[in-house]
Amino acid sequence: MKIVLRNIHKQGYKGDIESYLKEQGYTALKKALTLSPSQIIEEVKKARLLGRGGAGFPCGVKWEFVYREKEFPKYVVCNADEGEPGTFKDRLILENDPHLLIEAMIICGFAIGAEEGFIYLRGEYFKAYQILERALEEARSKGFLGEHILNSNFSFHIRLYRGAGAYICGEETALLDSLEGKKGQSRVKPPFPTFVGFKNKPTVLNNVETFANITQILLNGGEWFAQIGSSHSPGTKLYCLSGDVKKPGVYELPTNISLNQLIEEFGGGVEGELKAVLPGGVSSSLLTPDKLDVIMDYFHLQEVGSMLGSGAVIVINKDRCMVDLAKRCAEFFDYESCGKCVPCREGTKRAREILVNITRGKGELKDLELLKELAEVMFDTSRCGLGQSALNPVRSSIEKFSQEFEEHILKKRCPLGICSLC
Amino acid sequence: MHLIQKEEGGLSEEIALFLAKELNLPPVEVYSVASFYSMFTVKQQKAKYIIRVCVSLPCYLKGSDKILEVLHKELGINSGEVSADKKFFIEEVSCLGACGKAPVMLINETLYDNLTPEKVREIISQLKDENSTEEYSQTGL
Repeated sequence: MKIVLRNIHKQGYKGDIESYLKEQGYTALKKALTLSPSQIIEEVKKARLLGRGGAGFPCGVKWEFVYREKEFPKYVVCNADEGEPGTFKDRLILENDPHLLIEAMIICGFAIGAEEGFIYLRGEYFKAYQILERALEEARSKGFLGEHILNSNFSFHIRLYRGAGAYICGEETALLDSLEGKKGQSRVKPPFPTFVGFKNKPTVLNNVETFANITQILLNGGEWFAQIGSSHSPGTKLYCLSGDVKKPGVYELPTNISLNQLIEEFGGGVEGELKAVLPGGVSSSLLTPDKLDVIMDYFHLQEVGSMLGSGAVIVINKDRCMVDLAKRCAEFFDYESCGKCVPCREGTKRAREILVNITRGKGELKDLELLKELAEVMFDTSRCGLGQSALNPVRSSIEKFSQEFEEHILKKRCPLGICSLC
Repeated sequence: MHLIQKEEGGLSEEIALFLAKELNLPPVEVYSVASFYSMFTVKQQKAKYIIRVCVSLPCYLKGSDKILEVLHKELGINSGEVSADKKFFIEEVSCLGACGKAPVMLINETLYDNLTPEKVREIISQLKDENSTEEYSQTGL
């Protein structure tokens, strides 16, 4: 079952406008223009499509909020600032099927009453930038984008923006600040971007993968989509397999697949012996091998104490030292914290210090309690998702692999000989 | 700013002041933006080849530390330094979104994936000799 990657996986598909038109390209837009905005939103709501960026907010509800706002102008923003380590699904879409995204953004603009859209692209995605620029030009020249789209009264423009290497800009409010030309730092929520977004106007902000589902929902109906996959979050999801797995890559699968199936059937099994899995990138909590039958949707992963996030499944085998990996995760968040709110700015720094000390043999047992407490405080008080989830991998590895940490601290030795401890 | 960074290798005080004047902004605003993002630098770091090596978890699991080691040795510089001939600059960066083909590095605008120490040595010696990235350009899904 392929929805998002249905074109990309066809042989000879090049992603330019000619190939796209051959695969029902822009027919969803034509259909949308014959419907009323509320009919379109109704279809998306019926599909129960959840935001694929990580938060899993119902997409149709989001569109409806903005549709109902009386403030104008309204904006459509696509979050293409894919930065979560282990995530590489959006790049696949952007580089190989850019029109899928462009068409969905135009439809969204029509549905909510916006005339301008932005794609906020990661600064490091040089190739995707060129491809998107060309695709936008193609869409304009064919009359799908610009003034009076397909001779209707509806006009819509899309502008392409490049980020500059800040992980935090994948957070929606930081992205908006960055788009406005400022430093990318998170805003206080609420108010949410649906009410106070880009330039303080109502804004729909969706992930690339979320948009990529829209055209098929419109063509086949929301009910069709809602039947696919798990009933809690229907549809398919792009899972990014990486780390110690035999066949890493992006796999589009219905959301009712289990983690075990994903790794064994599609990923070709673990390289070495399985130790743990991060099911949603370095912001999620570790799962141990006994939890492998979990269903890979937002609801079930939360039930076992982790999260799906953007679908970055990182597999870790027994040759890895958990203290070392926890330290690496902490270093990443210390570097990427935007520094706006205190819990995150200070918390990520202290967590890194403590973990570096442990790997150098200067740790104490009470450090572990301290880290757990810090994780709790940061979860409760940080302003955005970065700080709230930053210590998830650290906390979960202490809980699940406490022996390893204790050995580092008490015996001053790394069982796997990875940390130098001096 | 992307353009200035590419052409000038950084936003010097002089450029920042000019930009602030043109955009009618206080200089501190320009400086704060330039220093916030990791792809902009306030110091000039002009090098012909900017090598960005991913050190995030998936690449680390696949041996990005060994890739860095080779680069440091081959070029005789550490991360964050420009080589004496102003040709190379090594930077450790967060995820480049190609974890399926880890480990990866970005040289200027070209992505190199599925790296091994031998492959890195080969790429670097080619860059040292021929000044061309084109032959090796390769990216995948």
